[in-house]
Parts: sequence; structure tokens; C-alpha cells
Amino acid sequence: MDTNIETHARLEKLEGIGCSRKRREDPRFIQGKGNYVDDIKLPGMLSGVMVRSPYAHAKIVSIDTSKAKAHPGVHAVLTAEDLKPLKLHWMPTLAGDVQAVLADGRVSFQNQEVAFVVADDRYTAADAADLVEVEYEELPAVVDPFKALAPDAPVIRPDLDGKNVGAHGARKHHNHIFNWQIGDKDKTDRAFANAEVTVKQDMLYPRVHPCPLETCGSVANYDAIRGDLTVWITSQAPHVVRTVVGLLSSIPESKIRIISPDIGGGFGNKVGVYPGYVCAIVASIVLGRPVKWIESRSENLTTTAFARDYWMTGELAADKNGKIRALRVNVTADHGAFDACADPTKWPAGMFHVCTGSYDIANAHVSVDGVYTNKFPGGVAYRCSFRVTEAVYLIERMIDVLAQRLDIDKAEIRRRNFIQAEQFPYLSPLGLEFDSGNYAPALERVLEAVDYKALRAEQAALRADPNAPTLMGIGITTFTEIVGAGPSKNCDILGIGMFDSCEIRVHPDGSAIARMGSISQGQGHQTTYAQIIASEAGIAASQIAVEEGDTSTAPYGLGTYGSRSTPVAGAATARAARKIREKARKIAAHLLEVAPDDLEFDLDQFKVKGDPARGKTMKEIAWAAYNNVPEGMEMGLEAVDYYDPPNFTFPFGAYVCVLDITKKTGETKVRRFYALDDCGTRINPMIIEGQIHGGLTEGFAVAMGQELPYDEQGNVLGGTLMDYFLPTSQETPHWETDFTVTPSPHHPIGAKGVAESPHVGSIPCFSSAMVDAFAHLGTTHFNMPYNSFRVWQHAKSLGLTA
Amino acid sequence: MIPRPFEYHAPSALPDVIALLDKYGDEAKLLAGGHSLLPMMKLRFAGPAHVIDLRKVASLKGIALEGGEIRIGAMTTENELIFSALVAEHVPLLVEAARQIADPQVRYKGTIGGDISHGDPGNDHPAVMLALDAAFVLAGAGGERVVQAADFFLGTFETAMAPGEVMTQIRIPVPGPGTGAAYAKLKRKTGDYATAAAAVVLRMKDGTCAAARIGLTNVGPTALNAHDAAQALLGTAVDEAAIAQAAAKAMAICEPAADLRGDEEYKTAMAGQMVERALRLALSRVK
Amino acid sequence: MAKTVVSFTLNGSPVDVLVEPRELLIHTLREKLATTGPHIGCDTSHCGACTVDLDGLSVKACTVLTVQCDGAEMLTIEGFAKAGALHPLQEGFSQEHGLQCGFCTPGMITRAYRLLQENPSPTEADIRFWMAGNLCRCTGYQNIVKSIQYAAAKMRGETVATSHPVLAE
Ligand SMILES: Cc1cc2nc3c(=O)[nH]c(=O)nc-3n(C[C@H](O)[C@H](O)[C@H](O)COP(=O)(O)OP(=O)(O)OC[C@H]3O[C@@H](n4cnc5c(N)ncnc54)[C@H](O)[C@@H]3O)c2cc1C
Ligand code: FES
Ligand code: FES
Repeated sequence: MDTNIETHARLEKLEGIGCSRKRREDPRFIQGKGNYVDDIKLPGMLSGVMVRSPYAHAKIVSIDTSKAKAHPGVHAVLTAEDLKPLKLHWMPTLAGDVQAVLADGRVSFQNQEVAFVVADDRYTAADAADLVEVEYEELPAVVDPFKALAPDAPVIRPDLDGKNVGAHGARKHHNHIFNWQIGDKDKTDRAFANAEVTVKQDMLYPRVHPCPLETCGSVANYDAIRGDLTVWITSQAPHVVRTVVGLLSSIPESKIRIISPDIGGGFGNKVGVYPGYVCAIVASIVLGRPVKWIESRSENLTTTAFARDYWMTGELAADKNGKIRALRVNVTADHGAFDACADPTKWPAGMFHVCTGSYDIANAHVSVDGVYTNKFPGGVAYRCSFRVTEAVYLIERMIDVLAQRLDIDKAEIRRRNFIQAEQFPYLSPLGLEFDSGNYAPALERVLEAVDYKALRAEQAALRADPNAPTLMGIGITTFTEIVGAGPSKNCDILGIGMFDSCEIRVHPDGSAIARMGSISQGQGHQTTYAQIIASEAGIAASQIAVEEGDTSTAPYGLGTYGSRSTPVAGAATARAARKIREKARKIAAHLLEVAPDDLEFDLDQFKVKGDPARGKTMKEIAWAAYNNVPEGMEMGLEAVDYYDPPNFTFPFGAYVCVLDITKKTGETKVRRFYALDDCGTRINPMIIEGQIHGGLTEGFAVAMGQELPYDEQGNVLGGTLMDYFLPTSQETPHWETDFTVTPSPHHPIGAKGVAESPHVGSIPCFSSAMVDAFAHLGTTHFNMPYNSFRVWQHAKSLGLTA
Repeated sequence: MIPRPFEYHAPSALPDVIALLDKYGDEAKLLAGGHSLLPMMKLRFAGPAHVIDLRKVASLKGIALEGGEIRIGAMTTENELIFSALVAEHVPLLVEAARQIADPQVRYKGTIGGDISHGDPGNDHPAVMLALDAAFVLAGAGGERVVQAADFFLGTFETAMAPGEVMTQIRIPVPGPGTGAAYAKLKRKTGDYATAAAAVVLRMKDGTCAAARIGLTNVGPTALNAHDAAQALLGTAVDEAAIAQAAAKAMAICEPAADLRGDEEYKTAMAGQMVERALRLALSRVK
Repeated sequence: MAKTVVSFTLNGSPVDVLVEPRELLIHTLREKLATTGPHIGCDTSHCGACTVDLDGLSVKACTVLTVQCDGAEMLTIEGFAKAGALHPLQEGFSQEHGLQCGFCTPGMITRAYRLLQENPSPTEADIRFWMAGNLCRCTGYQNIVKSIQYAAAKMRGETVATSHPVLAE
């Protein structure tokens, strides 16, 4: 056989890194056999539902549960009073604050959890919930973080009275949470003082919600006889949940089993621990029966973890040619009523300090203030690493603002400021070491693909015609992301370093099982992890079972969010597979009676160097591992790896967007969106493309329509899918994708993580295009979301709608 | 997300429906496609003690051409309208409007009778009915009566239908030669109600407008009959000046409620824009 | 309220269930008939995750009362694969990567089935228009469109191949 054809056939069989392997998880999903939390049904299972506050801020005068308890089929109605003896009425948040599990005498956001009704089924529970009588005494609410810092602002957290130091340092006001600064302020201020040009722009990244199609929920089952607690839960981080539950309940972790079964999308929404989970657990312990709690969509959109709500002011100092000398950023971060942000402990604004972006900026300083308001808690990373979407948005908007001020083309100003390929690894002024990048060629490739010059010419012609009914906007972003949290020296959650793990066992027949501490919510881990092992250990992917999500079987890991699976768990997988390969090499050498160094690895076998006819396949080696190993070697073929990454990875991309806007209605059409992503080594191009389509679509949704506004009384508006914008197939644009490959030098296989770049990168690109449409009239920025109402208002302010 | 308990009835003849309505009065609600009623019951905004399902009443189905009218049974669904060759031929406006209602699944269940009877200013059929000069057949214990669309919509969730009445049929005069029609709807996404929408039926004779009717969706407490706006077109060539004038007159009668779709000013302006858009389209379609 | 027995055909088999009049079809299917393929994604009849085929119509099972289904023919995702052989739509979704978390998938496939019954050769625009009652948060729909086109071609008897060959790069 032709060796090429033969190799091709072997590669096809192996389905390793680089293959568009079809997904292993599909067969169950396409046949309706997924196993999501709400699909779980246990004998004797009860149903729990929350009673929630209609007010944003109120004292609870009384709660009368007697009618609800008397309702047939009701088993329990829990309030804070019932949780107090167990010390479970408050729980710690991931951000070093505490959060009420059930309201303890007062509510501080609308829809806050007040009581938990447990009944035979969800119909009975819903009826009984209506019978819980709560008397409130309404208090003034504050939903604006700036007003919350006024001297006479209502006190949102009386429980913190007298605590002038929080988890992240001094608090300067009763509604202030922290101030966090990074960078050299003096040097930055000097650079501004001496600059030829400075620009400044305020911008709001509005409060949005990740809104996965499956809401949050759990089934808790406490076995009183064994003392075991099993919880099925919609969690992106099941091991972290186990640790939190252990801390809360004082049940040893060895007696707690957390299972994240199939998860219907997470996007950051499913990182936290929510009151509903805790109540289901308590109810199960109290009643000795399994208890299910599944939130409704409006509960999901208005209580479990918002994202963003960042009020940012960016400033750039530059010379006349557009070379940036310094960046200064001030952020007021609205964290809602409890600080439940999911961030590494040391960094209350996450990795916001990646905000110098793809540009070589000598000086930078960032200051972030966290503030309490009467809004629901959260601050999660919605399809991004911690606060990276906000950071990328800021710098990409600012460089556009600078370009406009200097009348430099928006592509050209980027060229003048890029970190050059030879500067990597690049130490940013805010202390991050960018691992690798090659920004300029990516941008040129995209500009050529869309014929940027022709687009600008078309736009100029349109602008010249005052009667044209439409405007045309061209947006550009050249973003750098930071993912793969992270090095344990910088990153921990509740004191646990943000490593991740993989355990591989090769069975005697050469097939294998691998278990990780991460958890897929659609990313296709069962497929791609097997590909990594296939390439690294020479076992066909089809022969590898990948399991995640069960804390009783999987090694400890910090979970899946912030695109950390490939950079961290993927690295652990590669390294565990390499350990298997090295042991296999020794076994093969023993079988072939040669020295291990005389062997070379060839896809799925070891061959004797210079004598390729002699060799042993991994299948043969696996069998031997259980009966014929070299003297002194342990039997079996297993490996474990806990990977603490030396650094983050820094995926990047270059995007161009073209919008057509109808002046008199504000309707906006995405004519074209071209996305080039560089995520380093590509494990499964098909899955990468799918992740990019999904991320772009979520970015489109955020930019064009998503927001959770509040009225003055603290009522959250838009908390249903009628108002909250999830685009359908009809609204979603067609995406064009492209790629370059710049591997990460420190990752075992050079992979960087991809799923979040398109979200992070596309949102500023839509803003860039939208603002660009009005740039000739002096617009430098206006806030998202760009629904037709808001676009029309902007057009009207410029006299375009008459 | 769980409705309150109720008793369910599914009679198969219209007199039985009417008898049940008489018997239970205020406590009863008719159930057609259920896609306005059930969502409200799930949110517990509505909680009828008796639900009378019309699904078995065969006489409420069907589309026919009779006496120069397209007669549509109240229980005809949106997708049945969209897929009907008869409707496409004689009242294509109805197809165009129905395609812009809700989403495919809702259109398989939602009925034209329910959409009209509900009295929701956000529903699309009412304005279309105004533009088409439709009439509705209402049946009650006292027999049948026919009410013109222009007299039917009284307020939000309030119509000329008396307690105990059922809408059985929608009658649409087949537009004559020289007619063009259009429905222009601005919405945020599929499955959303209109920010503003306009239904227009124009009849042109020798290059000038001989008749015009305009209905507006979701810019007032009911669908609005933009009578003055339509009148302004008569005798004109429906040129840009006339279109602008009609739009201005339509805007003058708007009283929209502000919500996340927009404030009063925006919605009023969009009503004008939709009138303009629909007029241009309608004019281009005149045959 | 008194419960009533409702009988219908589910994926070819007759079933009888005892329900309160207010019980929603989605709950009956998921909780009484072990048919957990159709999912619940919203409260307001917007997401389509609960889509089932009821007497030849795609409907949202969260907005239908079970008592309304007496005598009905019902098809859910569980009824697609026959004797271990996948339906062309199931094959198409897998070959064209039309799913990620899989939560929307049963509703998507069930809806697409009715679409292809009504229109065996839909254009991309047709598919985007007639699939707009099903939300997906993961895929961005582009590969869903391709999946449906794949299935349509296969159902028309044409030869089909994935647009993601295993060894492309
Ligand atoms: C997600 C979603 C989006 C939607 N978007 C739109 C939209 O864009 N445009 C739009 O127009 N509608 C929209 N709707 C509403 C939908 O079209 C409804 O189907 C319609 O409003 C009501 O029709 P129905 O047959 O479902 O009536 P039902 O919900 O069954 O009934 C509605 C009301 O009318 C009464 N009723 C029904 N039939 C009769 C009758 N024959 N005689 C007397 N009274 C009767 C009922 O008692 C009830 O009070 C949407 C619905 C949903 C769920
Ligand atoms: S559950 Fe969302 S439409 Fe039925
Ligand atoms: S695949 Fe996750 S919602 Fe569609």
C-alpha cells in the first residue's frame, strides 16, 4: 500500500488532534436521551418552589406560612427562621461576601428568595406558594451605582454595619465594596500630562444575562441511613460546589457526591451556588426525601447571576501619529445587593487588566470600585474569562475614539500600535505576560477578504448623499483575550488553586477511560479530549470513553468557564496521555528487547529506529501492561495529571462587521461579519467553527438587544424571553469564519481555547460599526444595546430622522 | 408557570358552547388556539374556573368564497390562512400579516378568531380587519349578529362582543380591481408584538386613489382606524407628498404606551414610518 | 379538580394518562410518560424547546393542555429513530454539527420534521423563517440550517456528505 494512503487511513482511524471528528455526545442528544437535571426522577421525589419578593428593598414584617403548610400535598415551607438553627440562612459567596439564602428580615432586590415551598409535585408547590403571606414594609431602593454612593443613600447591607474592611480591602462608604487598582499611577499620569493628544470616553456595558436555554436547577437526595448527600446540579464547577456544600453543611466531602449531568448551556450562568440549590439540599436533609428545584425562565433572568453592569471611563494619551503612550481606566462596577462575582480571589475585577489589548502601551493604570445596589447579585463571566469582555470592549472602543480624534483610519491606527510578533512573550504594563501573537497579518488578511478599501469608498459615497435612506457602518476589532485561569500563584477560588486534572486508565484490550475535573455544557469535551489522548497516546479516539461531572469518579478540577477547559484540563489530558505513552514505551522496549530510546513513536505504535518492521502497537502494549511488564514496574497502564498552568493563554482575532442602518426607523442589518480567530493549535476544526458561530451569535445578541434595565423603584424590566433578546434563526446573521494558527508556547499542545473569543471580540466590533455609521457626524460612542429604538434616538439627536 | 385549577369542557356543537357560556357566565373562558389565554393562565394573570374548548366545533373551521366575501371560520389557524390558496388569491394581505404573527409553532395553533376576540392592541389581525373593512359574525343565545370591524374594538381587552357570545366567522369583502394592500410591521424579533405596524388597502382608479383604509397596530388602547389618514389619500396619486401627509395624520391619532420597545415618541414616529412603508408597498402592488 | 383520563397515540403506541384539566402537555410527557426529550426552556411560549408534533402540527407542548390531546397522534424526538436507524434529520444534525449542548435539539428536529413534510426542498431563507420558533443559544443556527438541508437532500434520495470531512486540515 502507498504509505501516504496508509498513513491517511491510520490518521482517520486515530481521529487525533486536527480532525473534524463527529461528536460523541450527539447520539444521545439527537435521540432525546440526554440526561439533564430536570430529567432526573427519583422515587419519592418532591418538588420545591421559591416564594420571592415583589419589592426591591423592604423590611419583612412577618411571614405567615400556616395556610401554605395546611395545603394538601405540602411537606415543608422553609424560611430564614428554619435555616437559622442550621446556620444556613446565609452563605458565603465566591467573592468573599455573604448572601442571604432566604431573606433574613429584609429583602434587598426584587425577586429575592423569601421562602421555599416543598410539595408532592410542581403543581401543588405552585398553589401553595401563592398561600405564603408575607408582609413587607417598603424601603427606598437604589439601582444606580453612582446614587448608591451618595452620602445619604439608603443602606443596602445593614448586616455589614461597621465593617470598614471587606474581602478586598477598605470600604469607603456603606454601599462601597472595594477599590482595586493596578498599574503605575504616577507614570501614567505623567504620560497624560505630557501627551500631544488625549481622549476620554464614558461608556456603559449594560447588565445582561447569559441565559442558557436550560435554566438552573438541582435534585438533592440525602440518604439519612448512610449519611450520604447526592446532588444533581446544573453546575459548571461540580467540585467547587462539593467544597462549598461541605463548608456549609459540615458533611465531609467524602460523603457528598455532586453530579453535573448533561448541561443545557452555561455561559457563566452556572458557576455559582444559588439559594435554590441550598434550599433543596436542606429540604432533602430535613424531609429525608429527594427534592427537586428547577427555576423558571424569569427567575433565571432576574435572580441567578447577571453579567457586566460596568460603568467605564477610558482615557488614552497618544502622540499625533496615533501611537498610544498611556491608558487610564476608571470603573464603577455595579455588583447588586450581594457581592457574588465569580472572580479569582485576588482579583475582584477578574482579568480586567488585559485591557491594554493587542497594543504596545507603555503606561497604564486601572481603578475599579465595586458598589452595592438593590439589584440581583452576580457579575459572572458571560461567555468570557472574568471581566475580559468588559476590558476588550474598553480598549477597542478607545482606540476607535482616538482614531476619530486624529482622523486616522481605524485599521491604520491599529497597525501603528500592535505588539509586534517578535515582542512575545510580551510583558504588559499591567503585569500580564502575553504568551504569543501575530496580530498584523491577521488584520491584513481580514481587510483583504472583505475588500476594506472598497467598503470605505462605498461608505464615502453614501455619506455624500444627504438623501440616502441608510447609513453604513464598518467596524473593526483586533482583540486579545486572556483565558485558561489560571496559574495558582495568581488564581484561586475559595483558596483552591485553579489547576485542572485528568486521569486516564488504559484497559487490557487497549481501550481507555479518561476522567477530567472540567464539565462540558455543549463544548464537546467527550469528543475533543479523546482526540488529544489519541494523538498523544496513540489510542483511537473511538476507543476512549471520556467522563466528567461526577465528583465521585472524576479527579478534582475547577470546572469549565473562562475557556479554561482546553488550556488547563486539556493540558492535563495531554500530559497524562504522555505519561501513558512513556510507560508504554518502556513496556514496548521490554517486549522488543531494545532500549526505550531505540524506539520511536509512530501514531499508534512504537517502532524500532532503523528497523520499522519491528514494533508494538498500543493495543499490544496495553495487553502486556497487565501481564508482562519490565521488572520493577507496576502493572497496569494508568496516569493522572494535575496541571497548574505556568501562565494564561492569549487567543486573539481580527473581525470586520458591516452594518446598514435605516435612518428613519433605526432598523439595523448586519450585511457582513467576517471573523478570523487564532486559538493556537486547533483540536477539532468543526467544533471550533461551531463555537465561533455560537459566540458570534451571543455577541450579536448582547450588542443589538440584550439588557436588564430597572425602573426607579427597583423593578427589573425585561425578565422574560418576550423582551430579553435571544435572536432566532431569522434575526441571526450569516457568519464568515477564518483562522490563523499561532500556538501557545507554554501549553503542552499549543492550544489556547476558543469558545469565548467570538463573544468578546464581536461585541466591540458591532459597537465599532454602529458608531462608525455616525462617525462623520461627530459621534464617538453611544451605549449598547443597539435596538432600533436606541439607534433611532441617536439618529434623531443628529437630525437624521426628519 | 402553572395555571390555577379549572374545569374543562369540550362541546362539539355551537349551541352547547353557548349554553355553557350562559351557565358559567364570568367564570368561563373560551379556549381557541390558547396562545393568548394559556400564557396568561400560566402566569396566573387569568384564572377562569371553566374553560370551554372550541376545538371540536367543526362549524367554526373552514375558508370559503361566498357572496363576494372570503368567509373564514373563527377557529381557522394562522398557518391555515398562510397555506390557503383561496386566501392567497383573494386577500393576500392576510397571508402577509399572518406570516408576521408570532412564530411557526404559535401559528399552527393561534386562530384568527382568537386573535381578534382577545382585544389586545398588540395583536395584528385587528388592524388588518379594519383595513379590509371586515365584519364579524357573533353568535349568542339570542341568535347571530354581524358587527363591522370598525365598530368592534372598544378598548384594551374590550370588544363589542357581549357576554355569552362566540365569534363564529370573519367576513372579508374581496377587494375589487385596482386594489393594492400591505402590512408593514416593525418588531424587535420573531415572536414579538409590533413596536408599531400598519395595514393599508388602497384602490386606485385612473392614477388616483379612489378608496383607502388604514389600520394601526399597538399604538393605542385598541387597533386604530386611521380614517383621516386614509381620507387624505383620496384623489391623490399617492405620491410622496400624499404619503407623508397620510403618515402625519396617522401619527396624530396614536396614543401608544411606553415600554421596552420604545417611548411614545418613537412608537408614534414608527407608526408613521410603517404607514409610509405599507403605502408604498401597496401602491406597487395595485393590479 | 377531578382528574380525567386522556388517551392518545405517542410515537405509535397508545397511552392513557390521568390528569388534572390544567396539566400542560409538556409535564405529562416529561413526568408521566418518561418522554424527557422535549424540554422546558421558558415560561412564555417563546423558546420551542418543548416542540412536539401533534396531529401533523408543530406545537409547543408548554402551551397545550393534555386534555386537549384526547385522540391525538403525537410524535416526539423519541419516535424518530426506527429499529436503531437514525432519521435523516438526526443524521444531518450530527454530520453538520447542528447541536452543542443539545437542549434545543429535540425541539429543533421535531420542528424541522414538519417543515420538511410541508416543504421538501426549502431554501436557506425558508428554513430560517420557518424554524424561527425554536431558540438555540449555542450554535448560531448556521449549522442547523445545513443540518436540515442535509436531511432534506437525503430524504429526497440525493447523496449527501458532511461539509466537515474528518481530515480536512
Ligand atoms: C410567543 C407568542 C408570540 C405572539 N406574537 C403575536 C403577534 O406577533 N401578533 C399577534 O397578533 N399575536 C401574537 N400572539 C398571540 C397569538 O397569535 C394568539 O394565538 C392569538 O392572540 C389568540 O388566538 P388563540 O386562538 O390562540 O386564542 P386563545 O388564546 O384561545 O383566546 C384568546 C382570547 O379570545 C377569546 N376567544 C378565542 N376565540 C374566541 C371566539 N371564537 N369567540 C369569542 N372569544 C374567543 C378567548 O376566550 C380568550 O379570551 C403571540 C403569542 C405567543 C405565545
Ligand atoms: S418551554 Fe419555551 S416554548 Fe415551550
Ligand atoms: S445546542 Fe444548546 S441550545 Fe441549541
